[in-house]
Amino acid sequence: MQLLVFILASVMVVAGAFGVILRSNPVHAALSLVLTLFGVAVHFVALEAHFLAAVQIIVYAGAIVVLFLFVIMLLGVDKAEDLSVEPFPIQRPLAAVVGVGVSGLVIAAIVRARDTIVAGEPLGADGDQNISALARNLFSDHVFAFEFTSILLIVAVAGTVLLTRKDKKGSES
Amino acid sequence: MTAVLLAAVAPTTTYYLVLGAVLFGIGATGLLVRRNPLIMFMCIELMLNAVNLTFVALAVRFGDIDGQTAVFFVMVVAAAEVVVGLGIIISILRRRPGATADDLAELKG
Repeated sequence: MQLLVFILASVMVVAGAFGVILRSNPVHAALSLVLTLFGVAVHFVALEAHFLAAVQIIVYAGAIVVLFLFVIMLLGVDKAEDLSVEPFPIQRPLAAVVGVGVSGLVIAAIVRARDTIVAGEPLGADGDQNISALARNLFSDHVFAFEFTSILLIVAVAGTVLLTRKDKKGSES
Repeated sequence: MTAVLLAAVAPTTTYYLVLGAVLFGIGATGLLVRRNPLIMFMCIELMLNAVNLTFVALAVRFGDIDGQTAVFFVMVVAAAEVVVGLGIIISILRRRPGATADDLAELKG
């Protein structure tokens, strides 16, 4: 049963990922990205990381992809682009080699190091335990990092507002 | 026979790590191939998700919740990164409609 869930979610993840890089229409690519993100969320549930699964759906599928779609619609680039144009003819084969090479090297390292991954004590199987353990860790060991992320978010939001503001004087810059 | 096999075998950590590696490779390939800045951004999200999957799989395997905390921070930083990146893309594309990554080789506006 677990293997079946793993296979189905993996098919979702990989199919969505190929959809992102192969679809010519940006809207279709963004929707494929949703498929991938849902697949990863299923994996998180299967790994009993319930809080992260919820955050994955809410933040990624709910906020980030919606932001992508919003920008696509705002800029009016929701047209299929011509993928047959290839300014550098060798780029695609090289990119495929790099992608397969990176994956292959990492997989080789994983297979080699498989026996050194020793099992630790299992985390709580209960959903509540996962959330409380995560909260205890976040607000004790990593509380400074947590506070700094709030600064990061405020700076990001303020910077973006400044960046995308239209110049009222109509000057070039 | 197949049903018995599916019921008996549970996916190990290695399966998740391999899936993460494959997803990372697909994202890297897309980042190198596509020239639409929005799609390139989505490929970065794919790569971040691959790393998140690896983090969670190893956190569960080692029984260490620190890995899941790291994923939480990755998500926060990814959200901030998307906001800033899309702001930059909007301000570029507003000035030059239909620009690809190749057209943006110089900083001159």
